[in-house]
Amino acid sequence: MADWPILSLTIWLPIFGGLLVLGSGDRAANVSRWLALAFAVLTFLATIPLWTGFDSSTAAMQFQEKASWIPAWDIHYHLGVDGISMPLILLTSFITILVIIAGWEVIQKRPSQYMAAFLIMEGVMIGVFSALDAMLFYVFWEAMLIPMFLIIGIWGGPNRVYATIKFFLYTFFGSVFMLVALIYLYTQAGSFGVLDFHAVKLPLNAQILIFIAFLLAFAVKVPMWPVHTWLPDAHVEAPTGGSVILAAIMLKIGGYGFLRFSLPIAPDASHELDWLIILMSLIAVVYIGFVALVQADMKKLIAYSSIAHMGFVTLGLFIVFRIAANADAHSGAVLGSEGAMVQMVSHGFISAAMFLCVGVLYDRMHSRQIADYGGVVNVMPVFAAFMVFFAMANAGLPGTSGFVGEFMVVLASFRADFWYAFLAATTLIIGAAYTLWMVKRVIFGDIGNERVAKLTDLNGREFLVLGLLAAAVLILGLWPAPLIEVMDQSITHLVQQISVSKL
Amino acid sequence: MEAILLTIVLSPLLGSALAGLACRKVSRAWAHWVTIIGVGIACALSLYLLKLYAIDGHAVYNQPVYTWMVSDGLRFEIGFLIDNLTVLMMAVVTFVSLMVHIYTIGYMQDEEVGYQRFFSYISLFTFSMLMLVMSNNFLQLFFGWEAVGLVSYLLIGFYFKRESAILANMKAFLVNRVGDFGFLLGIAAVAMYMNSLDYAEVFARAPALADERISILGGSAWSLMTVIGILLFIGAMGKSAQVPLHVWLPDSMEGPTPISALIHAATMVTAGIFMVARMSPLYELSETALSFILVIGATTAFFMGLIGIVQNDIKRVIAYSTLSQLGYMVVALGVSAYAAGIFHLMTHAFFKALLFLGAGSVIVGMHHDQDIRNMGGIRKYMPVTYWVFLIGSLALIGFPGFSGFFSKDAIISAVHHSEIAGSGYAYLMVVAGVFVTALYSFRLFFLVFHGEGPRDEHAREHLHESPKVITVPLILLAIPSVVIGWLTIQPMLFGDFFRGAIQVIPEHDVLAELGEHYHGPLGFILHGMMEWPFFLAMAGVATAWAVYLWRPEWSERIKTALLPLYQVLDKKYGFDEFYQFLFAGGSRVIGRLLWIFGDRKLIDGLIVNGSAKSVALFAGVARHLQTGYLYHYAIAMILGLLGLLTWFVYF
Repeated sequence: MADWPILSLTIWLPIFGGLLVLGSGDRAANVSRWLALAFAVLTFLATIPLWTGFDSSTAAMQFQEKASWIPAWDIHYHLGVDGISMPLILLTSFITILVIIAGWEVIQKRPSQYMAAFLIMEGVMIGVFSALDAMLFYVFWEAMLIPMFLIIGIWGGPNRVYATIKFFLYTFFGSVFMLVALIYLYTQAGSFGVLDFHAVKLPLNAQILIFIAFLLAFAVKVPMWPVHTWLPDAHVEAPTGGSVILAAIMLKIGGYGFLRFSLPIAPDASHELDWLIILMSLIAVVYIGFVALVQADMKKLIAYSSIAHMGFVTLGLFIVFRIAANADAHSGAVLGSEGAMVQMVSHGFISAAMFLCVGVLYDRMHSRQIADYGGVVNVMPVFAAFMVFFAMANAGLPGTSGFVGEFMVVLASFRADFWYAFLAATTLIIGAAYTLWMVKRVIFGDIGNERVAKLTDLNGREFLVLGLLAAAVLILGLWPAPLIEVMDQSITHLVQQISVSKL
Repeated sequence: MEAILLTIVLSPLLGSALAGLACRKVSRAWAHWVTIIGVGIACALSLYLLKLYAIDGHAVYNQPVYTWMVSDGLRFEIGFLIDNLTVLMMAVVTFVSLMVHIYTIGYMQDEEVGYQRFFSYISLFTFSMLMLVMSNNFLQLFFGWEAVGLVSYLLIGFYFKRESAILANMKAFLVNRVGDFGFLLGIAAVAMYMNSLDYAEVFARAPALADERISILGGSAWSLMTVIGILLFIGAMGKSAQVPLHVWLPDSMEGPTPISALIHAATMVTAGIFMVARMSPLYELSETALSFILVIGATTAFFMGLIGIVQNDIKRVIAYSTLSQLGYMVVALGVSAYAAGIFHLMTHAFFKALLFLGAGSVIVGMHHDQDIRNMGGIRKYMPVTYWVFLIGSLALIGFPGFSGFFSKDAIISAVHHSEIAGSGYAYLMVVAGVFVTALYSFRLFFLVFHGEGPRDEHAREHLHESPKVITVPLILLAIPSVVIGWLTIQPMLFGDFFRGAIQVIPEHDVLAELGEHYHGPLGFILHGMMEWPFFLAMAGVATAWAVYLWRPEWSERIKTALLPLYQVLDKKYGFDEFYQFLFAGGSRVIGRLLWIFGDRKLIDGLIVNGSAKSVALFAGVARHLQTGYLYHYAIAMILGLLGLLTWFVYF
């Protein structure tokens, strides 16, 4: 089993499946749907050995595959995972299944192309998480834009052109600088190997430039304040499935970038500029929380809520240096980073669920405006139960996954500075305020209008999707130990790595 | 042992799941039987444990169930700590919960929808509350803490069609979250300095840190224990509704009456009291935190009681009474008389649940009219309710011999003996509070049960005693309301019932001082009857009788004479309006400002679209240069050549 090229399989199987679905055409729409589902499930099954066969006692890369790709530039087809990337790959393959099921009858326009786009997207995203060659990473990174561009551009809402261009230019703007940084690193390290980048010594000013170049790329993806404004627009225009992938997986690629590139390659610059990231993270938590409060569009509200939650990820990652500097803190650097990782996985589940909930309503009413709803619980009690549950998870209720990451990051940031924890913990109030206020206006109350009165409750397909997510949210909330265990060695190694100066 | 504990916790959860997940598919009888059996098992086993610990002196049990996670050397575990404090809380919680379950069958009879859902919620609540009190660590404490908040949210909003109900439940959750915000930071402080979340480890490490100082704002140094104590207590202020985080509790009366009894009187709101008592080893290390607690509690005890006098909704009167009584418990904590606080928590749980359920019985009789001005003379229609309500009221005002007398008198005496900063103020408040308590209690009692019959002809015709399923729980609650104080004052206050569970340093130990003068419950009663509080209570009852029965016209006259005071009380000191304006309004204004000016105008308008526009502008200008006409290019070349030549010639 260990000799199988599992990673290649998980990348190319969905891409191949996507092409096959694309070829099957729209005439036999059901065939392409089932085909797409079959490939999504197969890919998920193919990712399971990554978990079961994972050796959590080491921080080394596992399931490595390496072949020469462009020998002239010393570029390799080099794949491998550690405890940081492996959970994200499983998250990707799990969420993709749900997206395929969620789009089943909803997408009537070019269904095969829709399904194909998500399958190809899946392969490319797994590629991003498993690439250990910087050029390979860059290729996957940019390739990711294309299916998403199409998903929003073809199946999106009325203002989709503005949203797609904004999305594309924003993210492309960021990644160009990353490319320059990667090429510079090649000249220093003599190869495009990411692990070689980790080892190469760099002067501080070079590190700072590299850090900023990476920051531009990753901050846009996360997205961090103030480069976040593409996200609400993209979400509002994207079809439900697009929003789910965007929120659940694509945002995580930004966080992953910090973990894999910024921190280990430029640790001294990270140390030097950690105040900037902490500041941006805390602004994201507080400022964006307030902005979310006044949104009238459900998807915008959840998009802003995503930005605030991702603030915990970047906060958790960059308080490391402050904790190390605090003599009173016994430890906690690892706690913060692991909290950030848990927050990423958890947000993958919760944001996916929240967008799917909005999708369920949108499919019936074709409106995302909060004001168009009211009293949904009267006609859709099962749906309401799910929505309240996910809302509570979004508000970080203990027992759900939403609590775990935030709890860890607050505990860790207290060790860095009382006020970091103070500002981060305000999410307890603000996060609950915007989430529950939306729930109050949409779900509770008397039946708002005639259209609400005609709504029908969840069908079996929707129930399945939300039920699976609810189970994931609950399991991770009640027993996060397995997830922590898998990443522990890798995160501990990373924290040690960045505490050693590279000057 | 572990099997027993897991059964206690999980049987209500299982009952809740069976009744809730299959909500519509199961009959009403199934829903109430499955939950009652679940809670019944928990109650029986809790009483068994109570016997095992209180009488047989079983050793303290402190074991993990499973490891939630391990990160950075910090172990997060789920586990149980069972000592006398825990078993007492478990017995109170499960007993009151069982009574409420049975009572609900009668109370919710006429509900068309939500019957099953209701049973599912109250069983879920019982599970959450048990998790909270049985925890041996801060993580699980916080889980239970927020889980009871969730169920409270769901139950206040039980009638989700009612706008006032869904506003009240959101308000309750958010105000509690303000408390939890402090609580979480307190836990973070504990986790940082003690490097553990396990009670036993934290308590063991705390004394070494008693003199630790930390700086929070600039150079000012704070005692670590004070910071931790106050932060944790902010959580208690939310959950136990202390000023200024009390605003949610009166509104929580939007929920059905059985849960007002269970959650918003007997159990959940006392979680804060329990928590501080549990943390006594930490609180004993900071007199500043204790003083803070004392002042907050005393303020709540007196000023919230005052509001109770002017309320006209039967449930709201009792709700303000609950606030006031919680204040008394908090005062007890503030003077390190933790045992007295827990003692009052227990007696209050019985008599306040009794009062709420009695009020519910009246409300059912009155066809859900809750305005006491429409009631009166109900005594002859509902004799059982009348008598149990009288018992509850006597217990509440601390009439000698009733359970509330022992616990309240103990608290007042404890404050009297205390020398901690703020105890003078607190003594004044709690003594004056006795008069206020008697006044609002008997105002309510006389207006509802005595005097002229209900004004409404129709209501009078249908008024009759509630069915057995309602009156039996009332009687079962009335019994402990009378006798529990007499029976337990000796071991709980002056004996060693709490052994190691509650720790008090000798300088703070006011109960030990009281104990020196204690000569049995009868002596306690006789002594109490010669003290101020007794006379004040009697004066309160007499005033209520005079103003509301003997000379009803006086009440209007007093109201006009004291109009400004009346208005202040009627407005509840303006907390609601102030919060509405500042927080609800303010945060929306901030949000809108940040969104419109920050996101849309500045970032999007100026930077993002601005750069797009400047590209367009530049391209628009540059486009004119490339016309495609040959003679334009020729002219440009000639002009350029001329320019170059001039440059070379002259410079």
